[in-house]
Amino acid sequence: MPLLEISNLKKTFTAPDGTEQTVVNVKSFTLARKAQVALEGESGSGKTTFLHLIAGILKPDSGRIVLSGQEMSALNEPARDRLRATTIGYIFQSFNLLQGYTCLENVLLGMSFGAGANRGHSQKLLKRVGLGHRLDHYPRQLSTGQQQRVAVARALANSPKLVLADEPTGNLDHKNARESLALIREACREDGAALLLVSHSREVLAQFDNIQPFSRINAASREEARV
Amino acid sequence: MTIWRIVFKSLRQHALSTVVTALCIALAGGLLMSVWSVKEQSQATFTGVNAGFDAVLGARGSKLQLVLNAIFHLESSPGNLSWSDFLDVRNNPSVELAVPLAVGDNYRGYRLVGTTVDLFNRAEYAKGKHFTVIPPGRLFEPTLREAVAGSFAARKLGLKPGDTFHPFHGLIFDEKNQHSETYVVVGILEPSNTPADRVLWIPLAGIQKMTGHDPHAATDVSAVLVKLKEGSAIAGFQMDMMYNKQGNRLTFAWPIGTVMAELFDKLGWFDRVLGLVAYLVALVATASILAGIYNSMNERRREIAILRALGARRMTVFSAILLEAAAIAAVGMAMGFICYGIILVIVAGLIRAQTGVVLDPLKFNPVLLWAPGMLVTLGGLAGLVPAVKAYRTDVAEHLAPTS
Repeated sequence: MPLLEISNLKKTFTAPDGTEQTVVNVKSFTLARKAQVALEGESGSGKTTFLHLIAGILKPDSGRIVLSGQEMSALNEPARDRLRATTIGYIFQSFNLLQGYTCLENVLLGMSFGAGANRGHSQKLLKRVGLGHRLDHYPRQLSTGQQQRVAVARALANSPKLVLADEPTGNLDHKNARESLALIREACREDGAALLLVSHSREVLAQFDNIQPFSRINAASREEARV
Repeated sequence: MTIWRIVFKSLRQHALSTVVTALCIALAGGLLMSVWSVKEQSQATFTGVNAGFDAVLGARGSKLQLVLNAIFHLESSPGNLSWSDFLDVRNNPSVELAVPLAVGDNYRGYRLVGTTVDLFNRAEYAKGKHFTVIPPGRLFEPTLREAVAGSFAARKLGLKPGDTFHPFHGLIFDEKNQHSETYVVVGILEPSNTPADRVLWIPLAGIQKMTGHDPHAATDVSAVLVKLKEGSAIAGFQMDMMYNKQGNRLTFAWPIGTVMAELFDKLGWFDRVLGLVAYLVALVATASILAGIYNSMNERRREIAILRALGARRMTVFSAILLEAAAIAAVGMAMGFICYGIILVIVAGLIRAQTGVVLDPLKFNPVLLWAPGMLVTLGGLAGLVPAVKAYRTDVAEHLAPTS
């Protein structure tokens, strides 16, 4: 049984001019446990919306998302929040670290809504991403590469089954991007988590064996392209 | 635990606005509590002060003026009454003790009051308590120019046994009006926390026969403090009728507490205005919590979106904002107690300096419970609007950038 099964997923937004715009229209998508898949797509193709739907941040208009045997659309919002906290790790392009929290507190907060805050485990995770000496630093005191590593540690904090990475190297230089990506992939492998990454960067995509063009999965992207 | 961490972090992140808002709450809470406490304590204390007497007999005039003059040593005397009037009331079978007072002079603004040693030897200013002189001092001799100083007056004037002074004419100090007589301080009274502490006590004849005073009034007195015999409450009514209704020369202010209570009734509007001001300040301070948090909501929405993306529920962020608002009010109220203490110490000092009546800043008043409770609840309610905004935050929209 795959970790993630998606069928007939549809999400439509109302544009400022009042027209309905379908952003995601995925007939079928599956992700095996521990798999590492990269979705290739241009900006505006609906990749982030797709990840938000998988994470339960957005509610689809129709369709099914079954994550780890639980059907997302059948869950109410608090249950989706809980599932997200315990099952999914999310890495954002802009890191989305809380600026008023230290590195350690950012990771602890990631745990708080899931398995529960565990200071020792948080410290271990930060050491693992090479930030054992920056536990009490605030994000503004770190380089962008270091901030991304904190975000990786936070995403892994609850030992998730699925890590969603949205353009995770978009804000990094080549060297940091390469190192960061290697770290994410290695950490997911070691923790037995599946990785679903979206990117439009050829350099990033080149490091994956399993690359799927998002336009092939998302019918809405194809229609957009035709328009 | 997580929610408290979020609240604490947010308070720290918005430290300036937290401190300013908390200070507003502190001021509002301190003001509210002190207005209430001073009002109730002063009312209870002023209506309870009677120097151990039931009534005051004086010249025809206002009962309140008579009580303020004879008991609180404030205001001018409404006039004199003759020695025979004093003897009449003293010999009344219902009267246990009658002590004459004569006023009209001061020493550097502190009132000289002429009286007899009965005030010290026989009167009890509180149950079982007499005005006593600190050893080795002693009471004045009725026939000599000697004075016993109230503790507060002695401290303020720097008087000690053996010191001498010249009285000044009138109740308001004017150095041009110095009398030629020299008085010797022979004792200092133990503090009684009553208006007597602010007085320089001299023999009755001292005031009556002071140079420059009208020789025709040399036997007159300004007022008579009257203590009725126990169980003769009816006598109070009878004397009230006799002096106030049937007679037209004298005024019998009885009971003293009721006369003072009438004063507070007259000043009730002032209390209400003060109370209203305190409530308005509380309202403005509460509104400042709302404004402070609401104005920061735009910058907070990204953080809220991140928390939600990490798995925080809508109710968690909603509660965090409510708790933050209540916490600001709680911190404010903690500082409000300091504010309250400062205001009360200052007001109590002023009241003591002006009247000799002592208020206790540490005395418990229910306002110390309900005012903080009310302000913290109001503070929490002020967080309701921004909390709803937090609850409704669109997570996807605020997790920029999107692709």
